[in-house]
Amino acid sequence: MSTVFIALQTNEDTRPIIEAIVADNPHARVNEQPAMVKIDAERTLTVRRSSIEALLGRDFDLQELHINLISLSGNIDETDDELTLSWNA
Amino acid sequence: MDMQATKKKLGLKERYQVMTRGLDWEPSYQKKEDIYPYVAYEGIKIHDWDKWEDPFRLTMDAYWKYQAEKERKLYAIIDAYAQNNGHLNVTDARYLNTVKLFLTGVSPLEYMAHRGFAHAGRQFPGAGPRVACLMQSLDEIRHAQTQIHALSNYNKHYNGLHDFRHMHDRVWYLSVPKSFFDDAVTAGPFEFMVAIGFSFEYVLTNLLFVPFVSGAAYNGDMSTMTFGFSAQSDEARHMTLGLEVIKFILEQDPDNLPIVQRWIDKWTWRGYRVLTLVAMMMDYMLPKRTMSWKEAWEVYFEENGGALFKDLARYGITMPKCAETIALEKDHLSHQAWGTFYNYGAAAAFHTWVPEKEELDWLASKYPDSFDKHYRPRLEYWREQAAKGNRFYNKTLPMLCQTCQIPMLFTEPGDPTKICYREVDYKDNKYHFCSDHCKEIFEHEPEKYIQSWLPVHQIYQGNCFPEGTDPTAEGFDPLAAVLQYYHLEFGRDNLDFEGSEDQKNFDAWRGMATKNA
Repeated sequence: MSTVFIALQTNEDTRPIIEAIVADNPHARVNEQPAMVKIDAERTLTVRRSSIEALLGRDFDLQELHINLISLSGNIDETDDELTLSWNA
Repeated sequence: MDMQATKKKLGLKERYQVMTRGLDWEPSYQKKEDIYPYVAYEGIKIHDWDKWEDPFRLTMDAYWKYQAEKERKLYAIIDAYAQNNGHLNVTDARYLNTVKLFLTGVSPLEYMAHRGFAHAGRQFPGAGPRVACLMQSLDEIRHAQTQIHALSNYNKHYNGLHDFRHMHDRVWYLSVPKSFFDDAVTAGPFEFMVAIGFSFEYVLTNLLFVPFVSGAAYNGDMSTMTFGFSAQSDEARHMTLGLEVIKFILEQDPDNLPIVQRWIDKWTWRGYRVLTLVAMMMDYMLPKRTMSWKEAWEVYFEENGGALFKDLARYGITMPKCAETIALEKDHLSHQAWGTFYNYGAAAAFHTWVPEKEELDWLASKYPDSFDKHYRPRLEYWREQAAKGNRFYNKTLPMLCQTCQIPMLFTEPGDPTKICYREVDYKDNKYHFCSDHCKEIFEHEPEKYIQSWLPVHQIYQGNCFPEGTDPTAEGFDPLAAVLQYYHLEFGRDNLDFEGSEDQKNFDAWRGMATKNA
């Protein structure tokens, strides 16, 4: 089974984002490394705007992710509401 | 961060459509082939440029907004780090040598990437890839600038950083990264995109930026961590562009497959060879280590790259053949590279050393199948010799591989006791190679690679001495003349870390930082 991942800097901006990703993707594994967090998940991983907004208490534009994004893998599909990473095989 | 999320009138997909395709136009008074002269000669067939899709759907207005935010964060940290003498908080002064290698070897590549993407973007008839290349071109010049700014603070205190741009074009080991990028930017626009956008960015840069930058953070170098992660936040977009390029080209025409596969095979190997320097940085040059080169390779290439190539199998793409050779080298690469730099420590613009005992133990635990058997005894012997006053410096010049320009230091796949040599006769000359893969790359494009500027050949031809040098003069010292040509000061920028000015200064300054002098 192929794994996708997203890696984010560890800071106050990303804390609620990571929390939301973990809540929305129960199959994901969080891997904490110096100054960064790498989230691995089998096959697919979804980042949901509404979950981040609920934790953040303000409007959030998913493109704000770019500021603290370190790396990712998988095919990407982004809309206003969701960013999905996935492998087809 | 206090960022406002503004309510948009259009959805992301519509906005992207309007702000990229919507701004393009059909030329009417110039022929398309005159406007885009390089788009056909590589043999890649594109039928519909509008099929291109940027998965992030980033438009220029959003690009400026987020990049500006990244810069504000970055410079605030760099200033604070410099004002607070943050350089004294790194684990120990040996760490600084990774920064020297980075500035002289990697930062100039960022600038070349800027030029490469500006060129490739200019040559593509489709508005989607043009916009994506424009953004990446701007990102890359930002990376070059932020790295130079961040590392200039170290130049105020430590040696070997004073003339990185001059060194990049001349110093023997820097010809490895330099020639890699020169090779890519002199290819056609599609090959450049596969080389840098896909093979380097998608398959390999995670190895450079993620574990190494995380390692910088672990060693207290907030400055490198900051520019590294700031750069890496752009890399996620670059990787996406790289993957999109491959999918787009392959979906356009079945004839494109063999061309693309050849490029992937070539550039995965070319990029991997350049990463030899990173392998050595991770295993030997970070005083506190996060993961070994081998572990990083397994996570970022074997696991992630494996998933990637499985996904691309639907287009007929297969894992590059060189992956088998690389798997055999992963237990040896960093050790062979560091051994070579230790040998040539008199001609390098950074310091080398034998790792301390617990570091040797760490290496043994990470490389149980190779380290104690092949590499530890050699390092211990060198340490003994150095303690007796016989620190070994190799004064001869090594044979270089015609393709990757690395000294012939690699061993036969599967036999770490025998150096791997390959050769090819072409026209009236004999050319040498470190591996079957470098040899095959040469054989496919010999007229390109016979032009390589090989530092060792250039030294022997007398092209690497300061102007006015007379090599026939009594007592001529070729090494001294070459170092002058490099702008490298003997006894200060080179030789062993033990006894270096960097070591003494760091100890003295750190002492001053923790007590009243």
